[in-house]
Amino acid sequence: MAPFALSPKKLGYRFNVVGIVGLTIILLWALAAIFAPLLTPYPIGEIVDYDYFGPMSAKFFMGTDYLGRDIFSRILMGARYTVGISLAAVTIACVTGVALGMSAAVAGGWFDACLSRFLDALNSIPSKLFGLVVVAAVGSSIPVLILTLAVIYTPGAYRFSRALAVNINTMDYVTVARARGEKTGYLIRSEILPNILGPVLADLGLRFVFIVLLLSGLSFLGLGVQPPNADWGALVRENIGGLPFGAAAVIFPSIAIASLTISVNLLIDNLPQKIRDRSA
Amino acid sequence: MNIHVLMLVLNRLIVAVITLLIVSFTVFAATEFLPGDVAQILLGQAATPEAVAGLRTAMHLDDPAILRFIHWLGGLAAGDLGISYANNMPIAQLIGPRFISSLKLAAATALFSVPIALALGITAAILRGSLYDRIVTTITITVISVPEFMVATSAVLFFAVYLKWLPALSFANEVHSFGELLRVFAMPVITLSFVISAQMIRMTRAAVIETLDTPYIEMALLKGAAPARIVLKHALPNALGPIVNAVALSLSYLLGGVIIVETIFNYPGIAKLMVDAVATRDLPLIQSCSMIFCFGYLILITIADIIAILSNPRLR
Repeated sequence: MAPFALSPKKLGYRFNVVGIVGLTIILLWALAAIFAPLLTPYPIGEIVDYDYFGPMSAKFFMGTDYLGRDIFSRILMGARYTVGISLAAVTIACVTGVALGMSAAVAGGWFDACLSRFLDALNSIPSKLFGLVVVAAVGSSIPVLILTLAVIYTPGAYRFSRALAVNINTMDYVTVARARGEKTGYLIRSEILPNILGPVLADLGLRFVFIVLLLSGLSFLGLGVQPPNADWGALVRENIGGLPFGAAAVIFPSIAIASLTISVNLLIDNLPQKIRDRSA
Repeated sequence: MNIHVLMLVLNRLIVAVITLLIVSFTVFAATEFLPGDVAQILLGQAATPEAVAGLRTAMHLDDPAILRFIHWLGGLAAGDLGISYANNMPIAQLIGPRFISSLKLAAATALFSVPIALALGITAAILRGSLYDRIVTTITITVISVPEFMVATSAVLFFAVYLKWLPALSFANEVHSFGELLRVFAMPVITLSFVISAQMIRMTRAAVIETLDTPYIEMALLKGAAPARIVLKHALPNALGPIVNAVALSLSYLLGGVIIVETIFNYPGIAKLMVDAVATRDLPLIQSCSMIFCFGYLILITIADIIAILSNPRLR
């Protein structure tokens, strides 16, 4: 039995140590987001301590915020907003971008040229600025945030998947399928998508990091998730007054963001060979 | 320079102009979604319907959207940025001094970070795989994968809270001596430098490594050229184009960083003006600020692309 356990196929899908660390932290935050209401030691909005900007203690082990609310509870709840909004946005951005990218690569011609020009133009608006203008115009709510973030990162996903799909599109087996008389939908679904899936998934992770950073940035400016709710960026904003004396309330939400984004980066850099190589 | 290169550069410039048009249309369209009548907002609830109608006509609000867009664009091109809703001042007057102080911040950051980033990026590439390279790479990746405001808060925690060298979050408008000027500028410049240096180091390192992997460098190595000669005579001149391209691209990250940094340090620049305008929903001011930002961004990435075209020896 032993020799078979090390067969190349099995080894190919195995994560290395750094990848496992990254994946574990991501899963922990995902669980925190899902089960937040069950896990919080104190009610989210309730002032539980007379001392504002309280230090770390046995009772409040990440300290208390500028009103005396428990930071640990607020961070757990904040995971819902940060992870949830970012996940929704990255899903919309990548599904739209990849679908359009593959269609443009297969269709070519005018469709491709116009779409590429337009999305390139969209891409050359600084992302934070785009967010600012949209929020100024329509106000900030969670659906608006998700859509805005998705629109900002669709061009990148489009450009990436189009570049990959253009290469696959010239492969012999695609030409054969086309000669067989297969429809465009079949070509995209069965010939191109399976062959660009690996890199596209890695790109999705990277884009997720960008979205988390942008969302936190917008919330930090007061344009993201609105009080009384708070994602991690908003938590930093609320408690920025504690910064000059190094309050725990500023430090822990920042660490939460960094732990998530760095873990995703670690995971992408250490994806198993088999997943990474699924390109042509 | 031959005609082919000229065409490529010209093509890039035309793309930039088209992009600017699309961007300006997007900025204009965003304000169209705004609920409520602008004339009503300006005059307040007590205004008579006649006054509102009069103002609507005076502001051309009844014209079709496309006419107003052209009108607005013409005004922008002529330097007429319109009037701020919030305090009825001409926007050009509001923006002028703010724009200059933002430029000062950007210039100080560029002067400070470009030499350091280039030195770190190039040396890391030459010493690829060494401990030094791994430390530089790890730090840059860490800085890139955290939000800008976290770089700022970490800098405050380190320099102001633990070392107590610099003031924390206050930005004094009265500066009496050169020493005070340095202290006031230090935190924003340090933060911004971290943010854009990280990008610049990464891109510079990649550009130099790509050059070092070319056959002519291998040839120089096989001829027995000294390492210093290989780097200075063979690699750097060829990597210069990509490096300048990387610098221009990294400087475009200044725009995103400056929004956060001016807010956190209360720096009286144009980004702070814009964030405040978003809070008061002062649309003409937001439009003007975002056009200035997009214009600056577009100039930087266009310059980066043109340098990339010009520096490609296969096109020369």
